[in-house]
Amino acid sequence: MFAPLSETPESQQLTTIPTPAAVAEVRPRKISRKSTGGDAVFELGARAIGASVLVIIGGVGVFLAWQAYPTLERYGWSFFTESDWAPDKDVIGIAAVLVGTVSVALVAMSIAFPLSVLMALYISEYSPVRFRASLVALIDLMAAVPSIVYGLWGFFLIMPYAAELALWLQQNFGWIPIFDVENTNPDAAVWDTTRYVSSAFCAGIAVSMMVMPMACAVMRQVFSQTPPGEKEAALALGATRWGMITSVVLPFGRGGIIGGTMLGLGRALGETIAVVLIVSPAFDIKPRILEIGTSTVSSLIAGRFGEASTSQLSALLAAGFVLFMITLVINTLAAVVVNRSRSGAGTDA
Amino acid sequence: MTLQAEPTTAPLTHLPTYDDDAPPPVPRASLGKPSPDERFAHIGSWAAGVALAWLVTQRLLPLDGLPWFFIACFVLGTLVTAVTAAMTGGMIDVKDRVATSVVTWAAILVITAVVSTIVFVAMRGWRPAMHLNFYTQDMSGVGPKDSFESGGILHAILGSGIELGIALVITLPLGIGTAVFMTEVGGKFARIVRTVVEAMTALPSIVAGLFIYVVLIVALGFPRSGLAAALAIAVMMLPIIARAADVVLRVVPGGLREASLALGASRWRTVWYVVLPTARPGLATAVILGIARGVGETSPVLLTSGAAAFTVTGPTDGVMNSLPLFIYTNVRSGEPQAIARAFGAAFVLLALVLILFVIARLLARPRGTGPTIRARLAGALSPNRAPR
Repeated sequence: MFAPLSETPESQQLTTIPTPAAVAEVRPRKISRKSTGGDAVFELGARAIGASVLVIIGGVGVFLAWQAYPTLERYGWSFFTESDWAPDKDVIGIAAVLVGTVSVALVAMSIAFPLSVLMALYISEYSPVRFRASLVALIDLMAAVPSIVYGLWGFFLIMPYAAELALWLQQNFGWIPIFDVENTNPDAAVWDTTRYVSSAFCAGIAVSMMVMPMACAVMRQVFSQTPPGEKEAALALGATRWGMITSVVLPFGRGGIIGGTMLGLGRALGETIAVVLIVSPAFDIKPRILEIGTSTVSSLIAGRFGEASTSQLSALLAAGFVLFMITLVINTLAAVVVNRSRSGAGTDA
Repeated sequence: MTLQAEPTTAPLTHLPTYDDDAPPPVPRASLGKPSPDERFAHIGSWAAGVALAWLVTQRLLPLDGLPWFFIACFVLGTLVTAVTAAMTGGMIDVKDRVATSVVTWAAILVITAVVSTIVFVAMRGWRPAMHLNFYTQDMSGVGPKDSFESGGILHAILGSGIELGIALVITLPLGIGTAVFMTEVGGKFARIVRTVVEAMTALPSIVAGLFIYVVLIVALGFPRSGLAAALAIAVMMLPIIARAADVVLRVVPGGLREASLALGASRWRTVWYVVLPTARPGLATAVILGIARGVGETSPVLLTSGAAAFTVTGPTDGVMNSLPLFIYTNVRSGEPQAIARAFGAAFVLLALVLILFVIARLLARPRGTGPTIRARLAGALSPNRAPR
């Protein structure tokens, strides 16, 4: 390496060659892939924390599965097909509560989905720029409001209006099975309010307030990542604002829309306290969402854990495990959809 | 350069032919500030929509009541907007205008819902919350029908604080430590941990409560206590905080880490002096939002803590109340005075969450953009401030 330098004539030598003595002073840093000293402690400590967290929260899942197993083994498929929950008669099944859970969640999503898409579009495309940060904060605040507060809101403020809306729906769309209310006369002079309150519909409205901000936050994040060049190109080609949204923003944000919706759905399925406050428990399979009385898996657990014996607790845990599995599948699908799509490139970052 | 290029025939350029029969190009609505004409059409059509709504709901159809009026406003206003748009433009303009009005109304509806929640709780809850004893006394010896002059929610506030404190002592080091492990150490094992953590964020909070109830209270025979509630909250919060912190740590630019390592810092020094300080605002936000979630969650404490009417300060001393549980039990009692008290507690809880939220927003604000509050105050107070 030094050969060309040492061959230059003495008169032209302008650079000094480092003497071997000086070279000996420089000790190259030891390069090793293995961490030493403080690093080793750090890595070990981090690994230990990671392992303990894995044990703790993985343990919860394993424990649930382990506790659910005897119930599932004893009742077999009838656990999923039986609608009655009567541990005294040795009849236990979650068909009715599963239908109730799904119907509450579907009502919630059918309200929250359009609202969250439109709100996200409003924030990212329509709102004046100076209000944008405040609107984002408002949505985040909405997500932070405790669910019991939404329960109070739904029970005391919204339920009378919801019952009126339910009556109107039955009068005009009662021929659709889901809008039917049994044992009532919709055209009676004085309508029977009690048949229309405490329904899956009322609970769904309160739950929609909880899931809407979650879904909206994901969608807004994705919409705001739309490449500005593509939006400007659409506008430059003469598109109106709505044309630009349908041709650029919505296709780009499709992954975010699906993922946000599914995250919201996962939350809606597991919501407890607002549902417990609003619905009156009933254990029959019915698609009539406007009619009083329904039950969800979480409201079943909240209502029955107190007087439950050990075997009944196992059955409740099995119901909880089924609920957890459903939300787990939905959340995983949501994560996959968001990450796979083009718009998911930066959602985590 | 001297090479003779093969004579090639250049592809013919086609001049676009002008179609005389084509309709004239439609002038698009400008994207900038609306012209006076457009503004007149916009405001005018909404005024017409409101007037029509009044006519329809109050005079023609039996649809009285404020909700119907607003629904009619929306439908008829959108309709009139569509008609005015069709008068000047084509189908494309109609779609654009209708979409604008639908999106705006949806946003108004959402904002109304949030504001109505906060205002409704404040309206129903301010009466008990105005009494000082509401914050300094507990409910021991106070009947559900007693006036607001006696009794309060001190036990619930204290209980919430203690339970949340214990939960935080558990989750904070574990959650942030796991996030550091997942982002800074990495490897195959870290991927497994991340998968499990992400999976467990799907755990419904009531199932977390049921887990602690079965393990601690039924199987091990401990009484219901604040500690059990704290553990239930911790089980629920741990995946949430770990995941949020993981997201925050992942956005720390890799260049900063590499610069620190290239200067000879060891890995844990890089984490301690570069990564964590950079991510501090984000971490604080993640933690505070986790606290806000934990303080308001009712279902885990419903199963594990038991509602006491008196002040309990020892986490293992048996039943301990907390704010969400106090609200829940009082609302379920059905007694009007108790429900009013529950709204008072909900008001306090909401205020607590709001304060936490504002702190989180202030911490999350990136440094250096915009003047700080102190600088702004100083600027406002100084008599001869420099023009910007």
